[in-house]
Amino acid sequence: MAAKILSPGTTAPDFTLNVTPDQKLRLSELRGKPVILAFYPADWSPVCGDQMSLYNQVLPEFKKYGAELLGISVDGAWCHAAFVKDRHLHFPLLSDFEPKGAVAKQYGAYRDKDGFCERALFVLDKDGTITWSYCSPVAVNPGADGILRALEDLPK
Amino acid sequence: MASTLKVPVSSSDHIQGDEHAPVTLVEYGDYECPHCGVAYYIVKTVQNHYGNQLRFVFRNFPLTEIHPYAEPAAEAAELAAVYDQFWEMHDGIYENQDRLGIPLLFELGGELGLPPNRLRDAIANHEFSDKIQGDFLGGVRSGVNGTPTFFVNNIRHDGSYEFEDLVADIDAHLSQAKAVSK
Repeated sequence: MAAKILSPGTTAPDFTLNVTPDQKLRLSELRGKPVILAFYPADWSPVCGDQMSLYNQVLPEFKKYGAELLGISVDGAWCHAAFVKDRHLHFPLLSDFEPKGAVAKQYGAYRDKDGFCERALFVLDKDGTITWSYCSPVAVNPGADGILRALEDLPK
Repeated sequence: MASTLKVPVSSSDHIQGDEHAPVTLVEYGDYECPHCGVAYYIVKTVQNHYGNQLRFVFRNFPLTEIHPYAEPAAEAAELAAVYDQFWEMHDGIYENQDRLGIPLLFELGGELGLPPNRLRDAIANHEFSDKIQGDFLGGVRSGVNGTPTFFVNNIRHDGSYEFEDLVADIDAHLSQAKAVSK
């Protein structure tokens, strides 16, 4: 059963999370650009072409819409740093680490039983309003087609 | 919600088998992906199983950030296609995937009689990047979420790439096609 994630029309709750062990990023700093929030269960997914590697490869397409992509999981900042380096990711991964999953909970994208995030996607317009959201079964990589359609649908 | 192929199979594709075959299997693959390497042999078995009932199409989906030789390999295969040797190069790469690298591509190119300077230029200048990138983006739009991803008659195959799973899906489309043609 998919979680009840925040739906389109909702203002995306603001947050500040670590993007590296000593750097923080605040969502509202990105106002003026569309933002893609990709909550995912964990770094080090064992398959080729896992969700973050796919988005890394599609990043130039996201950039055509001026969009910023943020990956979010409960992994710590040091873990993210190693994962980013290993997979050559060109976008930030945020640590929803302490208190654990607090941001994911605000978005309805936390799995209490498992202690990690849902595979939940949100596209925000330049004013920080959610225009599209999708929660995938946790074992299924949702791909990027939904995000691209949502970006296309944003007012120019 | 089944994902569907957004870019129809056309003459710009690499196609094996009868164009009137009732079922078309499309693979989005990466030459360096080990899962694709395993699936390569399974697809061969599936093709033998169906004969002229099945048409097979290969499209590029290189994950270049994690697979540094996926793109050079795709360039080599696209160049081979210019000399009508796409499948020979495609097969050669997958059958030697454990030693995929620039030397292998030149070795295969040599065996197929590709001019080495043409191969060098294709790899260095990303000569076929429009085609390769076009395949990739069409795949993304169609819901390809990793490699290999298969489509059976334009519907994404969400099962595994094991023989039994692919055959079950293809059989279902085959009986559908037969029912329609009656």
